[in-house]
Amino acid sequence: MATETLTLGKALNTGLRRALENDPKVVIMGEDVGKLGGVFRITDGLQKDFGDQRVIDTPLAESGIIGTAVGLAIRGFRPVCEIQFDGFVYPAYDQIVSQVAKMHYRSQGKVRIPMVIRIPYGGGIGAVEHHSESPEAYFAHTAGLKVVTCANPQDAYVMIQQAIASDDPIVFLEPKRRYWEKGPVDLDAPLADAYPLHSARVARPGTDATVLAYGPMVRTALDAATAAAEDGRELEVIDLRTLSPLDLTAAYESVKRTGRCVVVHEAPGNLGLGSEVAARITEECFYSLESPVLRVTGFDIPYPAARVEEEYLPDLDRVLDAVDRTFGW
Amino acid sequence: MAKGDPGAATRSKRAAPRTRRAAATGEPELVQLLTPEGERIETALGPDGTEYRVDFTDDEYRGLYRDLVLVRKLDAEATALQRQGELGLWASLLGQEAAQVGSGRALRAQDMAFPTYREHGVLYCRGIDPIMPLGLFRGVDQGGWDPNEFKFNMYTIVIGAQTLHATGYAMGVAMDGKTGGEDGEAVIAYFGDGATSQGDVNEAFVWASVFNAPLVFFCQNNQYAISEPLERQTRVPLYRRAGGFGFPGVRVDGNDVLASYAVTRHALDTARNGQGPSLIEAYTYRMGAHTTSDDPTRYRIASEVEAWQAKDPIARMKAFLLKQQIVDESFFAEVDEQARTESVHLRERVLNMPDPQPVSMFDHVYPHGSAELDEQRARFSQYMESFEGSAH
Repeated sequence: MATETLTLGKALNTGLRRALENDPKVVIMGEDVGKLGGVFRITDGLQKDFGDQRVIDTPLAESGIIGTAVGLAIRGFRPVCEIQFDGFVYPAYDQIVSQVAKMHYRSQGKVRIPMVIRIPYGGGIGAVEHHSESPEAYFAHTAGLKVVTCANPQDAYVMIQQAIASDDPIVFLEPKRRYWEKGPVDLDAPLADAYPLHSARVARPGTDATVLAYGPMVRTALDAATAAAEDGRELEVIDLRTLSPLDLTAAYESVKRTGRCVVVHEAPGNLGLGSEVAARITEECFYSLESPVLRVTGFDIPYPAARVEEEYLPDLDRVLDAVDRTFGW
Repeated sequence: MAKGDPGAATRSKRAAPRTRRAAATGEPELVQLLTPEGERIETALGPDGTEYRVDFTDDEYRGLYRDLVLVRKLDAEATALQRQGELGLWASLLGQEAAQVGSGRALRAQDMAFPTYREHGVLYCRGIDPIMPLGLFRGVDQGGWDPNEFKFNMYTIVIGAQTLHATGYAMGVAMDGKTGGEDGEAVIAYFGDGATSQGDVNEAFVWASVFNAPLVFFCQNNQYAISEPLERQTRVPLYRRAGGFGFPGVRVDGNDVLASYAVTRHALDTARNGQGPSLIEAYTYRMGAHTTSDDPTRYRIASEVEAWQAKDPIARMKAFLLKQQIVDESFFAEVDEQARTESVHLRERVLNMPDPQPVSMFDHVYPHGSAELDEQRARFSQYMESFEGSAH
């Protein structure tokens, strides 16, 4: 088994390379994805090896990137679009929610739009305005789209390939502050045997309370669980992985055992993913709950200046504080 | 010609082909091959010196006339159906028949079209059953044709969005190596004058240009975006925008089916041969409302409508056919009868269009479904079945 230690960014790069090798209809397109290899170098070296017809540097217009990818998809290609930063996706928002999401429905199943929209998202890298946002709820609210996010290098490598192979249009959120974190990646395991794309996974088993997180917050939740264990409290951490459709099967099972649940995400709490998760867990696990489902989220403000983002972002202490409150009910 | 003119005896009817430089009609640089009076112009020159002409057989002339009459009649039937409450809405093409039939007939079988929601005439030319768009406007489906089978994409309601889809598709054509010869594929994107203000259309111009996409941008300038006149969209003639993006633009008399055909065929052939995109501005007029929901008497004056009435695309074709003695009066009666029969047939079929089963609203959200949605569907079905006597 060829297991290598890779950063999450390199795992994505390797996954994209595999997808380009395996299917000649896969094309990567976006701003600076070619010679530069993307501002985060996620597409590093791909244009050199696959040419500028497979890895396409586009003009600087996000609606154009997504809209032309729709046409390429209708033509039979599998476009993988890179939006350079989360806060730059909004000019393409209309194309994504009005066209990408609805073409299959509108055509009554006759047209498929098998495209992937990669978005580096979230904060924690000291960036300026528009470079640290978490727009997942906008897309998760739109039927016809699927929204997934990876939290570790193994998932990054596998999930990007699964997303490209999927016939659904997929918004693929990459936790940019975790691009440089390393982990083991099994490069040889067949895709068919891999863990399914649209399913949550237990990241750390535990018995006392359930912490649900996704993307960049999985690391935070795991760190909180390690700290809690030192105090004798075993937290079960579930990596949601898929935000639309939400897979809460593992969460229900877990909460029914632990009786306590905390949902963690960076995005503002108001109408965020956590609201939906809390509502569903309440519906499904009402008689098992020892306390209300609590949320630890960003605040309902525009993403703040970098020098205060550590206070904005949920961290280990805020997660543990919420866990404590579920025990204090 | 005065009697006794020495040239009179030697001139044959067709001996002196007329070439008209664009702009001769009083409107700027308008390519025209058939005047409103039904006079043929043999060759017209575009702004870049391109010579436009058509070489149709009498049968083909008759066919074009038949197309024009049929799409107008079917459109009128749809408008009537809306007025009677059978359609929720209708976007009429009245006045734009020549632009649509001319460009639609210029497409080759392998070419792909990306319409707005008004291209019923192009749809007809693509061989699609004219009832198809009525399902969308009646609310029983979203338009039922297969875009890949007919090479005619779905109607797009968001203004200008389809121009980017067309551009991407055309990029794909080039990437598939399907340009560069007679059997090459070309793509056409339809949009209106209002759409030229949209970011997507301008982005499509940029993309098509820098990727040399085999694409024809076909703008039907019908002078109004709902109530807003052209002056609210632009201060320069629309076809001239192309120059700034790096490809040719031409304005054609959109009420002239022959010129619309000639200009579109040339642009499509240019695209299919690998010479990149171009913009056609079909200068025309929407004789009716934007859709059945608005009232054009609030924003247009009657004299303007009358002036355009005099340029009617069908009347001029009729005058031409008579002058050239290509047909006699019985032909028109026969075409009218066919149009009447087809519109009656259309009406009957529309009235018999069944409402969809409510549970079908869950179909085709995702190609392979989703567990979440399957559960919602099951719950909904159970709920519907809970009503006594429910057929669902």
